[in-house]
Amino acid sequence: MSAAPEVASGGTLAGYNFAYLDEDTKRMIRRALLKAVAVPGHQVPFGSREMPLPYGWGTGGIQVTASVIGPDDTLKVIDQGADDTTNAVSIRRFFARVAGVATTERTADATVIQTRHRIPETPLREGQILVYQVPMPEPLFRLEPRVAETRRLHALGDYGLMHVKLYEDIARRGEVEISYNYPVMVNGRYLMSPSPIPAFDNPKMDRMPALQLFGAGREKRIYAVPPYTSVRSLDFEDHPFRPGRADASCALCGSRETYLDEVVTDDRGGRRFLCSDTDYCAERRADR
Amino acid sequence: MSDAPILEASGLHLRFGSVAALDEVALRVWPGEVVAILGESGSGKTSLLRVLSGTVAPDAGEVFYRDAAGVLVPVHVAGEAALRRLARTEWGFVHQNPRDGLRLGVSAGGNVGERLMAVGARHYGGIRAAAAEWLRRVEIDPARMDDLPRDFSGGMQQRLQIARTLVTRPRLVFMDEPTGGLDVSVQARLLDLIRALVADLGLAVLLVTHDIAVARLLAHRLVVMRRGRVVEHGLTDRVLDDPQHEYTQLLVSSVLAA
Ligand SMILES: Nc1ncnc2c1ncn2[C@@H]1O[C@H](COP(=O)(O)OP(=O)(O)OP(=O)(O)O)[C@@H](O)[C@H]1O
Ligand SMILES: [Mg+2]
Repeated sequence: MSAAPEVASGGTLAGYNFAYLDEDTKRMIRRALLKAVAVPGHQVPFGSREMPLPYGWGTGGIQVTASVIGPDDTLKVIDQGADDTTNAVSIRRFFARVAGVATTERTADATVIQTRHRIPETPLREGQILVYQVPMPEPLFRLEPRVAETRRLHALGDYGLMHVKLYEDIARRGEVEISYNYPVMVNGRYLMSPSPIPAFDNPKMDRMPALQLFGAGREKRIYAVPPYTSVRSLDFEDHPFRPGRADASCALCGSRETYLDEVVTDDRGGRRFLCSDTDYCAERRADR
Repeated sequence: MSDAPILEASGLHLRFGSVAALDEVALRVWPGEVVAILGESGSGKTSLLRVLSGTVAPDAGEVFYRDAAGVLVPVHVAGEAALRRLARTEWGFVHQNPRDGLRLGVSAGGNVGERLMAVGARHYGGIRAAAAEWLRRVEIDPARMDDLPRDFSGGMQQRLQIARTLVTRPRLVFMDEPTGGLDVSVQARLLDLIRALVADLGLAVLLVTHDIAVARLLAHRLVVMRRGRVVEHGLTDRVLDDPQHEYTQLLVSSVLAA
């Protein structure tokens, strides 16, 4: 179609409710979110809706964002740390159209940040909301395939199985071999999947001033970490958790502290490391 | 042995259709005591063990467990969370088939360590040291600690299951035909091992067997079952050497004749 989409008076697309979802659905999701915030790290079922995107494109995160965003919010969307990937761009555009909200690439300017696979390097502050897209909310699913049994284990706080997995990793290979989606204990009670963020990002979740919300569309689960909640990566006293990072500096901004992506630069095996957080990297360069 | 029972059951009934698996069964077990439940196939031994351990609810009757703090826990009223907590702290289970009691895809050390981690152990070196010590106690070379039990012989698997069960020093262990699937020579060695460990740790054990020799070797007391009823009970030597009930006399004499 060539015609530009019709824009309603509020600045959003005509024919859609604000932020795409109808108000009843948003209310249902907000109820699940409230419960999730009240029981940090506990997975709450919700009636996931069909979204104009396939599963795996962040339908859970989008529904959460749609339910918490207001006309005065400023939205940032990142995918693997970058604001300019297809997935991030299309989600940002989607909300610009259906909610008419302002968007930004700057972490500090955003009030709502939807993310896949990273936590921004710039520390988040009170009043911000970080919405994670989650493909598999159940941290025990590889160890215990029976869903009813995993629920029972959560209810009883019976997480010996997860420690057996860590024990086996150390016994076989000398260290815990989990570099993404490293399991965490929330508020000393619930074992939680932090979504496939690098283990490097795990410490940022601990006592974060911002509200962290997690949406899994296909698995129909929502969970949350309220501000300033304890989030501990599982480990042993004599094998403490170590957030992994490539031992290199960013080829653009020179940072030795950020999480780096390895990028192939030519077809002769040339490669270099770049900050995965594109906004943070750009700001560092601008500051110089 | 102290004067308060660790386990106490009364008036137990359990039916499967027209079969009375348990019919007015009562039983007491004192701390540090090994009680064997003896009887032929289908007499209700496994049913009784399942009801006593809270796995199966009886149609009628009560089961009480006195925990380490001295609190009387009504096993079938306490709820799943309380039972699971008991199962991983104060109780142990040794299954006839070690596959039911082990994680075959987890190393021998991990199998022993799991119960320690389940009760809060978080020092890797400490867990490994305890696992090595327990493998030694059940006569498995600690050098095999990182091997998978799937590659162990049946006797080794059963010894590993025992190590995994006893590492947290439970107070009460339920065993259902723990030597049932093994060769006779392997059985004898395992029985000696169980006897030594049980005496050493002062465990209370409820042992199901249809083998009089096993009962004689391990048990302080016997409960003889037939068609869901307890037909005779008493000290092992008394029951086996001077059986009062004609069914027990039959059981004992069939062994003597064999
Ligand atoms: N789940 C069940 N469904 C139907 N009948 C059952 C069930 N479990 C046990 N029974 C019946 O209850 C009776 C007692 O069985 P139980 O398994 O307790 O005997 P047992 O003494 O352990 O026998 P065995 O020595 O063969 O293991 C038997 O008649 C058995 O067929
Ligand atoms: Mg049986």
